[in-house]
Amino acid sequence: MGEVKVIGASLSSFCCRIEWALKLKGVEYEYIKEDLRNKSPILLQYNPVHKKIPVLVHNGKPVAESLVILEYIDETWQENPLLPKDPLEKSTARFWARFVDEKCIVSAWDACRAEEHEKERAVESAQESLGMIDKLIEGKKFFGGETIGFLDLVVGSLPNWLKFLEELGGIKLVDAEKFPSFHEWSKKFVEIPIIKEKIPMPDDLINYFTTSGLAKTIRGSALANNK
Amino acid sequence: MAEVKLHGRWYSPFPYRVIWALKLKGISYEYIEEDLSNKSPLLLQYNPVHKKIPVLVHSGKPICESMIIIEYIEEKWPQTPLLPSDPYERAKARFWVKFVEEKAPAFWSLYRSTGEEQKKALKDSSETLKIVEEQGLGEKKFFGGDSIGIVDIAFGAIAHWFGVFEEIVEVKVLEAHAFPRLHAWKVNFEEVPVIKENLPDRDKMLDHFKKRRIESLSASQ
Repeated sequence: MGEVKVIGASLSSFCCRIEWALKLKGVEYEYIKEDLRNKSPILLQYNPVHKKIPVLVHNGKPVAESLVILEYIDETWQENPLLPKDPLEKSTARFWARFVDEKCIVSAWDACRAEEHEKERAVESAQESLGMIDKLIEGKKFFGGETIGFLDLVVGSLPNWLKFLEELGGIKLVDAEKFPSFHEWSKKFVEIPIIKEKIPMPDDLINYFTTSGLAKTIRGSALANNK
Repeated sequence: MAEVKLHGRWYSPFPYRVIWALKLKGISYEYIEEDLSNKSPLLLQYNPVHKKIPVLVHSGKPICESMIIIEYIEEKWPQTPLLPSDPYERAKARFWVKFVEEKAPAFWSLYRSTGEEQKKALKDSSETLKIVEEQGLGEKKFFGGDSIGIVDIAFGAIAHWFGVFEEIVEVKVLEAHAFPRLHAWKVNFEEVPVIKENLPDRDKMLDHFKKRRIESLSASQ
């Protein structure tokens, strides 16, 4: 159904959502690796507003913003639907997707970057958001039900990113005891072949941030301060 | 169709987005005014995560977040579509909805702040308007084309309230000479009957937000 390209970066949690979605639907695509420190003219042309990845290019037309791209993919390729059919359930999935991006990811980064005197409170705040995700998955195999869906892809690499942020910030955010359902879900999720093939790994993230010197730029970074 | 209720607050832009969508589609609903300084048990039950309005309640089931509510309404009541039918055009519309939502804080910041912070808000809001005008609206009358759609509704609420804030802080940003197409768009948008007939009383708004600004600025001193 036309030519599909994904402009992405392998360690991005937003990009892998797109690749997983395409693979789940059996859509072939060309992957274009972007160097975020030296953005290509193609990226700037296809996403002039944000100049960010991921960008999906379908028959030459670009779509940006991972959640928007996921919905576009779901509407264009109907096999293995990602979003629930029922409008109310769909709204709930969208609500939690926004929550993950706007609260969980942001608060985890804030906790990582917090100064010593603010760290405890920032960690508590991040854990409050993560607790809601834990509660959401309680008693369920996947967020999508028996098989993975939209919300699974959105939450997707969060466990690995949290491990990375914990090391970077010298903090503890999640463990099996505190968030048992989230922990169980993440174990199952990363074992799915399509997911396992391409998921940002904590060690790779740590490596990237330390070798690129980015770790030093992050206030509150334990890696930069050699803790 | 079963009952529809909307929980809102008269001076908040977000419930108005939902009101416009409901009215454009001719959907009957009951409006419930919430006191945000004394949130009702019902609101806390319907939106336990954010405890905010608007909340749409359809047959007893709540939906939260104004733009998520509108997508729900669009699917349940397809008449007078607010989204294009083509997936690519839909993706473009959703992109712009997300963009204006993300940039909205700068518009509120112009009203909430003073000095350096306000200067930054002025700069940020101008930059956003430029991008929205050049890349979002382009040469179209409305973001939705010849008639208003989801992006018009999303940004229309922000723009209208921004107009009130500009008047209060006596700083004009969205001016015809600086943003001719966007300025024309705002005028046209606010002339659409459903929009015109469903806006809070301007004097009441000016009065309310002026008082709030004084209170919050003196509290932060």
